[in-house]
Amino acid sequence: MPVIEIAGKQINVNEEGFLTKYDEWDEEIAKVLAKQIEVEMTDAHWNIIKFLREDFKKEGETATSRRVQTVGGVPVKEQFVLFPKKPAKKMAYIAGLPKPKGCV
Amino acid sequence: MLPFGVYKAEELVKKRDHFFPKNVEFIRAEIDKIVPESNHVFLTDGRVLEYDQLVIATGTSPRPDQTPGMDDPATWRKSVFDFFTLDGSVALRDALATRQGGRLVIHITEMPIKCPVAPLEFAFLADAFFEDRKIRDKVEIVYVTPLEGAFTKPVSSKHLGSMLEERKIRLEPDFVIEHIDPETKTLVSMDEREVPFDLLVTIPLNMGEDFIARSGMGNELNYVPVDKETFLSIKYPNVFALGDASDIPASKAGSVAHFAIELFTENFVDYIEGRSMKHRFDGHANCFIESGHGKGLLIDFNYTTEPLTGKFPIPFIGPLPLLKESRLNHMGKLAFRWIYWNMLIKGRRIPISTLMSMAGKRQTTSK
Ligand SMILES: Cc1cc2nc3c(=O)[nH]c(=O)nc-3n(C[C@H](O)[C@H](O)[C@H](O)COP(=O)(O)OP(=O)(O)OC[C@H]3O[C@@H](n4cnc5c(N)ncnc54)[C@H](O)[C@@H]3O)c2cc1C
Repeated sequence: MPVIEIAGKQINVNEEGFLTKYDEWDEEIAKVLAKQIEVEMTDAHWNIIKFLREDFKKEGETATSRRVQTVGGVPVKEQFVLFPKKPAKKMAYIAGLPKPKGCV
Repeated sequence: MLPFGVYKAEELVKKRDHFFPKNVEFIRAEIDKIVPESNHVFLTDGRVLEYDQLVIATGTSPRPDQTPGMDDPATWRKSVFDFFTLDGSVALRDALATRQGGRLVIHITEMPIKCPVAPLEFAFLADAFFEDRKIRDKVEIVYVTPLEGAFTKPVSSKHLGSMLEERKIRLEPDFVIEHIDPETKTLVSMDEREVPFDLLVTIPLNMGEDFIARSGMGNELNYVPVDKETFLSIKYPNVFALGDASDIPASKAGSVAHFAIELFTENFVDYIEGRSMKHRFDGHANCFIESGHGKGLLIDFNYTTEPLTGKFPIPFIGPLPLLKESRLNHMGKLAFRWIYWNMLIKGRRIPISTLMSMAGKRQTTSK
């Protein structure tokens, strides 16, 4: 598995660039990751990212789009507006989590 | 294969009673609710069952009511079909038999679905079906999926994706449906893409039973959260969930349920006697995929290993090539019907190992 430098830190990622260690993530890294996939972070974006981080800590799995809707309270349609085209994948990427089950 | 007139409905349905061992009481009734706090199962006919240990195995079902416009009476089973139910399959068979051309759209609403290869298999069989009827050039086939590619796992996704291409089946990936417009016969996605159809074959959202939600025992799709290696409920120490009803990150497939149950039976005895459970499930799945014109392929994978190429041993039939089309794999699927009713369902062992074996397989990487 590759180790790359993001925001001046050595970070473990998989072949697709998803972080592999939960604790290596921080908001600085998230900003860099978001920029790489051309997502402009607003409060609405951060809300989802924080929900994903918390939910993963409890459940041990990345929340699916459906879960972000039913438990996190953000409709799937809005997720598509915030993270265009591939919201589930993009949200997980920025949150430093594995791709959710549905798309593995 | 029913929608294409290969099997008849009667051949696929059997009475359950005589499959149960004599010392098992089989109660045919609907579950209304479980109260896990007091160990009770309430049936809709008013009876109440008390349990020491509970194993939930109520599966998953297609829910066309969960997507706006999908089960609209103007189009449901007239131009919009499901084939995961017997009624749906029979209605679809009749619609396909008279089709002369137009746009056939095969669609998956959301993962997970039971038998995740079934829609691909349907696409391959539809291609062959129209070719045999000499009207393939009049039918456009489109495959619409919420996934990034043809299938969930990269190696097989690539392989199966090129099989779609060879058959001139257009892939529409990353399509998360918002609604179906029954008037214009169009699928509309969350990001406002539109796919029109003349005939839609959809896999509706699959969900666990509603009573699981009523009992407060499910996740957002009514699946029971369990430990993925032992099937023990995360929340209740005397509840297990097996098969499609659980939330394990494996395919919702009969093969997975079969492999899982083989190790579960021993684990369960150990568990109720207070010993630790010895076996750990690895997510082993094994699926035949019919690819049309009397050929088929076979894939084999688990939680961590991607579908592999190589050979897979099946009793009486011999080694079957993995992830590769062959006539032998098609014969394997046909023979499987006999193995299923005569051996598997009665709990007789077949010499296929429960945990995935790497013998005879070649590991390829996804790149
Ligand atoms: C068209 C199709 C093709 C498939 N092909 C394959 C294949 O080729 N290979 C493969 O491996 N898998 C295949 N599958 C998937 C396979 O059928 C399922 O994964 C398997 O049946 C799951 O078994 P299960 O016991 O968990 O659930 P099920 O077989 O669904 O059984 C659930 C049972 O629970 C009962 N139940 C539900 N709710 C209640 C209630 N409230 N009260 C009382 N009883 C209730 C139901 O009546 C049912 O008998 C296919 C599925 C479909 C639909």
